[in-house]
Amino acid sequence: MTVSIQSPPFDMGAEVRRFAESVSGAGAIVTFSGLVRDDDGKLTAMEIEHYPAMTESAVEAIRMEAMERWSLLGAVIIHRYGRLEPGEQIMMVATAARHRADAFMAAEFLMDYLKSRAPFWKKEIGPGGEKWVSARDEDENALARW
Amino acid sequence: MIEVLYFAWLRERVGEHSEMIETGADTVAELVEELRRRSEAHALAFSDMTSVRVAIDQDLADMNASLAGAREVAFFPPMTGG
Repeated sequence: MTVSIQSPPFDMGAEVRRFAESVSGAGAIVTFSGLVRDDDGKLTAMEIEHYPAMTESAVEAIRMEAMERWSLLGAVIIHRYGRLEPGEQIMMVATAARHRADAFMAAEFLMDYLKSRAPFWKKEIGPGGEKWVSARDEDENALARW
Repeated sequence: MIEVLYFAWLRERVGEHSEMIETGADTVAELVEELRRRSEAHALAFSDMTSVRVAIDQDLADMNASLAGAREVAFFPPMTGG
């Protein structure tokens, strides 16, 4: 499994262990996990919508691009959708390479692209109502460095 | 016939997740003009095109893209994944 778009939670430790066992010759594995953040204690939940017919292929295209740009032995991406509570894991990426520079760079590239090019939309739900998270200019600008 | 899909606040403003549209539009921009005339809700959804993105048959595209052969056109706000 290299890309999983799923609703249920995942066990990051188990996923990373399985990934590490699936790549041979790796000298570096970088992992990143994104959590539902509650800045001011007023978030009840986050609802993540996606475009089912497109999500997996868009995420796989981003993964393939990373595989081509860096010397990677593997990369996995898990991204959840649906209703998530503060502190829950939204997503994770893991990259494996012979040396750490490739693994770090590829993980950052994956995160930048997943933010603005994967068809997910986050809505914050609080006691006072609901609000779609707006895309930030710096997220779009972050793509320019690649 | 083209199936038009809406996501996130575009879906909420239009009030539909999808609709089948009989259209002669050659480009996305022309389709948007037609959609705006369907209802006030559509006009509101498409009032600020700087915050509307589009995908044709599940591939990201731009407003000038051709609709030749297109079966599914999706409109949505800038993505907020990760």
